[in-house]
Parts: sequence; structure tokens; C-alpha cells
Amino acid sequence: MERVILHCDLNNFYASVEALHQPQYRHVPMAVGGDVEKRHGIILAKNPLAKKAGVQTGEALWQARQKCPDIVILPPRFSLYLRFSKMVKAIYGRYSDRIESFGIDECWVDVTESVRLFGSGAVIADEIREAIKREVGITASIGVSFNKIFAKLGSDYKKPDATTVITRENMEQIIYPLPASDLLYVGRSTARKLEKIGVYTIGDLAKCNLALLKRRLGKWGEYLHYFANGEDHSPVIVSDEEPMIKSIGNSTTAPKDMVSLRDVSIVTTVLCESVASRLRDHQFKATVVTVYIRNKELESFTRQVSLEYPTDISRELITAAMNLFSANVDFRIPLRSIGIKASGLLYHDRPIQLSLFVNQKEREKELAIDHAFDQARRRFGFYCIQRGCAKEDTLLSGFNPKADHVIFPESYFKAGDH
Amino acid sequence: MEDKIYVDVIALHRKDGSLKPLVILWENGVKYAIDKVTQVVPAASMKAGGAGIRYTCRISGQLRYLFLEEKRWFIERGG
Repeated sequence: MERVILHCDLNNFYASVEALHQPQYRHVPMAVGGDVEKRHGIILAKNPLAKKAGVQTGEALWQARQKCPDIVILPPRFSLYLRFSKMVKAIYGRYSDRIESFGIDECWVDVTESVRLFGSGAVIADEIREAIKREVGITASIGVSFNKIFAKLGSDYKKPDATTVITRENMEQIIYPLPASDLLYVGRSTARKLEKIGVYTIGDLAKCNLALLKRRLGKWGEYLHYFANGEDHSPVIVSDEEPMIKSIGNSTTAPKDMVSLRDVSIVTTVLCESVASRLRDHQFKATVVTVYIRNKELESFTRQVSLEYPTDISRELITAAMNLFSANVDFRIPLRSIGIKASGLLYHDRPIQLSLFVNQKEREKELAIDHAFDQARRRFGFYCIQRGCAKEDTLLSGFNPKADHVIFPESYFKAGDH
Repeated sequence: MEDKIYVDVIALHRKDGSLKPLVILWENGVKYAIDKVTQVVPAASMKAGGAGIRYTCRISGQLRYLFLEEKRWFIERGG
């Protein structure tokens, strides 16, 4: 039986939630942006008036102000957005238990088994949009199709507050003219590679010779060819209320560019302490460490390493991360942001094989230090205790990733998770 | 003027877990008894700016919306 999958995208999510709460900003150009002082100064979401003025998500606040001098930029309130995201998911839950989150504001909902109860995919989509508007006070665009990739294209097709149905009959007409870069997983560099072989639209991609694509793009070429032809069979992953944690990461844009390994090590120390502490909170140990690197030219890449022993110890994460940095960064271009991600998670009480060549006593000591940090910080606040190197540059070390960042830029590491 | 007015509420928490607001305490000390709750639905308040559980209340013959947003109650200014 043909599947019926919805992809629901909350329009300008952060900006919409702010507009709901602060009616005075509904009729002026408004955006939600990061902290200017600390240089996390990018636009996270904007309302339609700001969009009209040319403001784009992801650009610097000063660029937005240049295009739109009277724009109001509000600081983000992540816990509020999380609450709204949950309320919306509860609405999806009335129609299906097969809900997969993709970031805070997007979800796939598999309603294949629900159409006999509630009506067609389009009917369900319209009901969901109405309910979101009535109960949560924001709008959504919903794509309805027979696979996840096309459903997502559908939700992007018409915004805001619209339903787009993509069937096998109309797919060539709706999807084939779209630029290839609209397809999920086609980023900037993939799009460039595709252009080199004359593939500009999704239609080009669908009709392109499979062997050629494979030669140019490897296995991803094959996947993209399938996607473009509507042959995406990936299931909507049923997730519980709390999504299963696959990785724990923190990243930050430093208040000034990092020009040496010393600078990187200060920021890395703070990030790793946070990641390790969160691993312990969730009772996990990690077996893979990934670093994310973004330089001043805004070029970014990730590197990862498998660990010999599962760990939740700050010192070991720091060592692994610093090895990756020193092997992969030459500082010809200073670094702007870095991130640390721990993945390959195991439950912490899982037995491990000890080694004769590792000083387990030393490991336990390091863990005891971490526990002491946790306890002191819980009682007296984050800045009550810091590692010595944090004092070398308090500007670089002066942030608390565990508390400051409720939400992590998911796309940063997305590729590594698939 | 702010259209979202937070209010103190006296409510009955029933054994079955349900909740019924009984009295709204206005800031000037006046108490408004809620005669009847006619509808309870999740809803957004575009006027006041917020979203939660909306209780449609009859108060001395008039219908008013009373919202429970997380742990706080609010009403919309005006009729």
C-alpha cells in the first residue's frame, strides 16, 4: 500500500512564537537573533516583513540591519520554543504515533494507517494546520506525499500556512523544475559537483545516468538519484516523547577569533567539560569524538576519531579533541567557531575490558575531579570553579555551554549521524 | 497597553486530576466568582499573546476566557 507521509514545517518558528507573545512586533520587521556582544550575532528566524526587506536566516545581525534599518531583533528564548514545539507535537499525536522530529520546528508524520479513520492525507494536513493555528497561535506548511523526501519538498513548496500534495501523477510537474539544491542532503558543495555534470534541477537529477552520478558523487550519487525519482523508502522513525539521544554536543562562536592551538584548547576545555558533564547526567559514555571547525571565511568541516575506551571523562574528551585539532588545523585562517560532539553512546554501567596498559586509577581520579566539578557547580554556580587554563584568557573561556545552549545547531553534525 | 493580565485564581483540584477555577481575584481586591465553566480546550490567545488551556467562564452572566498557561492564569483585557 502506498504510504501517506506528512512533513510539517512551522513557519518562521522562533519569530512566530515571539510575534504571538509580543503583539507590538507583529506589524514591524522583526527577527530573532543571537547575542551581538558575544558575536553569536546571526539571524535565527525572521517575520514576513523582515523577509520582504531581504533579511535572510543565518546572516549576521549587522547585514540584516543594513538591509532593514528599522528591524527589531529579539533575543531567543529557547525554553519557550521547546514548549511550543511540544504542544504542536501533541497535535500530531492525535493522528499518528509515528512522528519523527527533524530539528525543533519540523516533523515527519506517517499517517498511512490513519487515513481510513480521519480522511485523506490532505484532509489530515488541513486539520492539523487549523489546530496549530487555533491552539498554538502559529502557522505551519505541510507537504503530503508517498515518501519523506517529497513530503519535505512539499512543505517548502508553498508557505506560509498551506498544504501541498505531491503524488506520483503530479511529481514531474511540481518537483522536477525545482533546483537540485532544494533536495534534502544536497548542500552547496554537492550542488556544485552536480552543476559540473549539467545537473541543475531535480528533474535533471532524476533523469541523469546513474553510473555517472555514482562515479562523481559515490554512494550519495546513487541515493540522490533514488530520492529524485521518488524512491525513498526510509521509514518515519517512531520516537518517544523524548527523542532517543544519539549524540551530545556543544559548539560555540568565540568572542574573538582563535589563532593558535592554545586558544582552541581553552575553548575546547570548556566545551568538553560541558559535553562530559551532560554525558554523565544522561548516564552515557561515548566511543566517538567529533570536532567541528569553522574558520573566519565561514568554511567548515568536521573530523572524528574512535576512542579506545568508552568515556565520560572531560580530560579524555579534551585530549581526543585536541589531537584532532592539531592534526587538522593550521591556523592560516583563524577559527571563528568550534564544536565538540560525543557519539557512539553506551550506557555508563556497561562492563568494559580493562587494559594492562592503561592506568585505570588515573582514569578514576580524573572522573572524581569531574564529579567534584559537577557538585561544586551545582551548589555555587558554573563559574565557581574552573580549570587553570580557563584563566589564561577569560574572554575565550567565559561561557557556560551547558546552560547557555539549550538547542544545538543540528545541521552542523547532521551528516555524521546518517 | 498590555493586553495580557495575569490574575490570582482559586481553583478546585479534583481527585480525578481535573481542575476547575472557582474565583478570580482581581488586583484591586475584588473577587469574581465563576458561576460555570462552559468549555475547556487548548487554545492560543492572539489578543493577549500566549497559548495554553482556555477555560470559558460565566461570570455574573458574562462569558470570559480564562487561560492557564503553564502554571499561571491570565485573562485578555477588555470584552
